[in-house]
Amino acid sequence: MRGPAPVPSGTEPGLVAPGRSAGLLDVARWRFLLSLLVKKELRVRYRGSALGLLWSYVKPAVQLAVFYVAMGKFLGLERDLPNFVIYLFSGIVVVNFFSEVFNNTTKSIVLNADLVKKIYMPRELFPVASVQVALVHLVPQVVVLVVASLAMGWRPGLLNLAAGVGAFALTGLTALGIGLVFSAVNVYFRDAENLVELILSMATWLSPVLYKWDLVMHALSTPLWVLYQLNPITVAVELAHYGFWAPSARVAEKFATAPYPPVPHEMAWWTLAAVGVSTGLVLVGQLVFRRLEGRFAQEL
Amino acid sequence: MATAIQVREATKKFTLRHTRSIKELVVWTFRGRRSELASNTFNALDAVSFTVREGEAIGLLGFNGSGKSTMLKLMSGVMLPDSGSVLVRGRVAGLIEVGAGFHPDLTGRENVYLNGAILGMSEAEIDAKFDEIVAFSEIEKFIDTEVKFYSSGMFLRLAFSVASHTEPDIFLIDEILAVGDEPFQRKCLARIATLREMGLTLVIVSHDLEMIQRVCDRGIVLERGHAVFDGALTDAVAHLRGGPQ
Repeated sequence: MRGPAPVPSGTEPGLVAPGRSAGLLDVARWRFLLSLLVKKELRVRYRGSALGLLWSYVKPAVQLAVFYVAMGKFLGLERDLPNFVIYLFSGIVVVNFFSEVFNNTTKSIVLNADLVKKIYMPRELFPVASVQVALVHLVPQVVVLVVASLAMGWRPGLLNLAAGVGAFALTGLTALGIGLVFSAVNVYFRDAENLVELILSMATWLSPVLYKWDLVMHALSTPLWVLYQLNPITVAVELAHYGFWAPSARVAEKFATAPYPPVPHEMAWWTLAAVGVSTGLVLVGQLVFRRLEGRFAQEL
Repeated sequence: MATAIQVREATKKFTLRHTRSIKELVVWTFRGRRSELASNTFNALDAVSFTVREGEAIGLLGFNGSGKSTMLKLMSGVMLPDSGSVLVRGRVAGLIEVGAGFHPDLTGRENVYLNGAILGMSEAEIDAKFDEIVAFSEIEKFIDTEVKFYSSGMFLRLAFSVASHTEPDIFLIDEILAVGDEPFQRKCLARIATLREMGLTLVIVSHDLEMIQRVCDRGIVLERGHAVFDGALTDAVAHLRGGPQ
């Protein structure tokens, strides 16, 4: 599938086969182009907009206010989970980040068809640029989350902060891994984009964003529960809970007497497993991508 | 002189009708007829071999559909050969198409940086050559204007200017001089001559036989994917004109 051996024996030294790269490992060497691609993407997205990036602060802030009033007060979800709005919003920020990376990486090769067809560069640059653009959009959401958490008496320790950062690192890695696969498959079959939408519509429900984890543990048999926990996004959501919601006011007191802690037992092991799964996904993504990229230019 | 480009038995197949639905693929695979899906192929290039030495300027000639552009894409690495090999020495860059990588919503200045980086230049290289690039394109006044407001001539000037200042080891040019006015065409040809003096290897695809005779000294004629002539450019042009229409 990958074509003939790059350099036949008996050729002059110094001759190399064009169009081959070290994949993700080459991205560092192309970081200048990467930064320009990210800038271009952001510029294009906010063209003709007076407030520009400011919009990405307004949207999550309004969302959060609505959650606070409608779900926390009207639906009364605060009674069981103190600071429910933080519980909900920290999970939503993780899922939003996942959605944006997954969505944008999937489309990244097809959207850059003009370049892919005409000039050679490591094509992994496009999915990686999508991750960076999503990171830029993540910042405002995290700012809103931190401000809201502080308002709810957030007093994080070092481990909580590390969990908060880890949640997003884990999410980014996972989304990049499957995004690499989908971006390559999308070149051949545009069905991939529909499949992504389907997966994303389930993402919120496959992780404990709107409910608490112990409900799932009760409902599922042990093997299924382990499977549920092996989803790195689930672990990322739980890490976000641990980082932002668990150290906010009244949570510790409330759960001192509760049968289940704020996040699952053995969280360190789940995290380790999630790091393994997401790293594996990036490796698989890279392998699939490389296998398919040889025919990108003619399939687009 | 060392070899700059070595093409050995390079073959590139294209599939004419290709299924775009997973359903079709699955159905055909289960019926064991998957190979039929790819049966409708043709060879854009069929066992083409030639060698280009460093500093040579060769013209790829041929009628539409002869495989010239595909050959350039194999040299640039955009496409990989299905069999045989294409090897190059040093950095390859070029104008496979005018302004590929230019974005209409960015200013001329931003596009110079973006396009330079796409063609493999570092930030320091672009910084150093920026003034020269702008001066060559003669659009100093509009360099901070968004490219969508450019006329096609201005666009072409800037695109050619960036590409010709990347100074790769191998420079590929596909039909770029078809647009642009007379004075600018002359300027482009002068620039190409300078690049030759600098020792760059040039591969040019064009239907403009007059222009190509002024730039190249060797011609390879492609006919439906086969290399049918390789020799002095004037003879190549004669072969093309005398060949089957």
